[in-house]
Amino acid sequence: MKFNRRNLIKSFAALGSVGFSTRVLAQDKPNPNNLPPNLPEWTPDLGAGVDENPYGSPSQFEREVIRRNVPWLTASSQSSVNFTPLQDLEGIITPNGLCFERHHGGVAEINPTDYRLMINGLVDREMIFSLEDLKRFPQVNKFYFLECAANGGMEWKGAQLNGCQYTFGMVHNVQYTGVKLSDLLRETGLKPKAKWVLAEGSDTSGMTRSIPIEKILGDCLIAWAMNGEALRPEQGYPARLVVPGWEGNMWVKWIRRLEFGDKPYMTREETSKYTDLLTDGKARMFTWVMEAKSVITSPSPEKPIHHKGIQQLRGLAWSGNGKIKRVDVSLDGGKNWTTAQLHAPIMAKSLVRFTLPFEWRGEELLIQSRAMDETGYVQPYIQDLQKIRGKNSIYHNNSIATWLVSKSGKVDNVRLG
Amino acid sequence: MYVWVKIVSVLLLTSLMGTWSLQASDRAFNLGNIATSQQVKGWDIDVRPDGVGAPIGSGSVFDGEEVFAEQCASCHGDFGEGVDRWPELVGGEGTLNTHDPLKTTGSYWPYASTMFDYIYRAMPFGVSQSLSYDETYQIVAYLLYMNDIIDDDFVLSDQNIGLIKMPNQDGFLLPDPRPDASTIDGNPCMKNCDVPVKIIGKARDIDVTPED
Repeated sequence: MKFNRRNLIKSFAALGSVGFSTRVLAQDKPNPNNLPPNLPEWTPDLGAGVDENPYGSPSQFEREVIRRNVPWLTASSQSSVNFTPLQDLEGIITPNGLCFERHHGGVAEINPTDYRLMINGLVDREMIFSLEDLKRFPQVNKFYFLECAANGGMEWKGAQLNGCQYTFGMVHNVQYTGVKLSDLLRETGLKPKAKWVLAEGSDTSGMTRSIPIEKILGDCLIAWAMNGEALRPEQGYPARLVVPGWEGNMWVKWIRRLEFGDKPYMTREETSKYTDLLTDGKARMFTWVMEAKSVITSPSPEKPIHHKGIQQLRGLAWSGNGKIKRVDVSLDGGKNWTTAQLHAPIMAKSLVRFTLPFEWRGEELLIQSRAMDETGYVQPYIQDLQKIRGKNSIYHNNSIATWLVSKSGKVDNVRLG
Repeated sequence: MYVWVKIVSVLLLTSLMGTWSLQASDRAFNLGNIATSQQVKGWDIDVRPDGVGAPIGSGSVFDGEEVFAEQCASCHGDFGEGVDRWPELVGGEGTLNTHDPLKTTGSYWPYASTMFDYIYRAMPFGVSQSLSYDETYQIVAYLLYMNDIIDDDFVLSDQNIGLIKMPNQDGFLLPDPRPDASTIDGNPCMKNCDVPVKIIGKARDIDVTPED
């Protein structure tokens, strides 16, 4: 199969149209009739009226800015993942339609009138809440990143996927509106023996994860809105769990139930999946926190350099342990570093934008970014992680990536060693 | 076994003391409705490692073979060997510490309860929560048998599912020992750092990136 694929790609390559370069070339050819001193074609005619597109969509010229998947990764598109096009985004907010999706049984379509959240187990009162009930509680509005524990998982053994989107795109950052569980649980009360919560989704996979009660009462939310509008169906409409800073699998979508107990439930997702197999055959369990990480979104494999001279290197950094304190950038493979500019707002457990201008004279570069959070934790190299965790890990790869900028301006995902 | 739970609790609790004081009388908003036991029963389907939550029922290996062939084999194979990209469910013993680990219910899953819980709630893929409790016990019994965990005359039930000892039950480490591999003093090298800068691999050469 791989051989066929390779041959196919080679034959396309011979025609001179492969992958990312196609997209870039299409946008790079101006029509001289639209340039000064000519009258551009869009000027004389009336454009679309206000009723044409009651729910707006991006410009037709941005149609390449979409979520993408890697079809060979999974057996079915209903139990699969796609990736946020980080390389095409600015600032720190991920547009709702570009937030990566990870489903285990496809998207549940729930009429909000039929939505119920059940809270049972070691509580004083077992209760059921409608969506309208939830919205009558005091609300909070908070920005948080959500990163899949498997983001970068294909890169454990070496540089494998040639794109910022495919290697870092299982992360998104939105503003959530919801109710704090510490407020919601004042209605049910908690028994002193309650130590763990089972969060359960109402999709066909019945997604379940165990969460310690301290986290639930600390900063977890039941959210019904993202970036000012109702949650998208693929993000858990009408309500999802928000578990700030912790792996995305725990942010149960389409949440239908919270059960309180005195022990963890050891669900499929926290035993056979989302555990980290070490070289000795033992596996780490309950590795919840998404540690500090960063990525250079441009230049990147999808964003080659087209011109010599001034460049604006752009990137994103985040930490599940708090605020990002600093991001350093290297252009020579990690030998020398320069501290990048962080752009406000800098919020805990949220993406942070960094930029660094640099001059490119057409030389080869090995560009890297290195995040540091407020705890002093510094983003590691993959070799540091491999020393401890081996190469059979799938999850929690927060290592520094390297983009090779070649003399032509083309950019490649490479592994240094 | 749950000593680590206490460790985690103590660590986290210290920072949250102020916010955690939920008392029975403290129902501040008067929102929501009391759930009836019947409502809870319908949705409370989880099964814990100690067997708590296991619904009344039972299933034999013998009956499991037939149900598995009907309900599971089209994706997982007659003997749990997996079809196409669908998961293998059997085998993999002794592979976890190799370069090519095979994680199956037999080689990796720490609890039989998790098999029941997951199969009942999520399988068959796309027809979830359609199996009866007995059928679910039967399928789990057949899988345990194929993984050499129980004998062919074993009858699995709500009474004994919490007693099954899985081969990899002690294969998991707690609590989370990270961060484990990084400078945490906040002073990483800035100039003339001693790092390898030789390119040893390129994603382009692996050639598995999807093309538009």
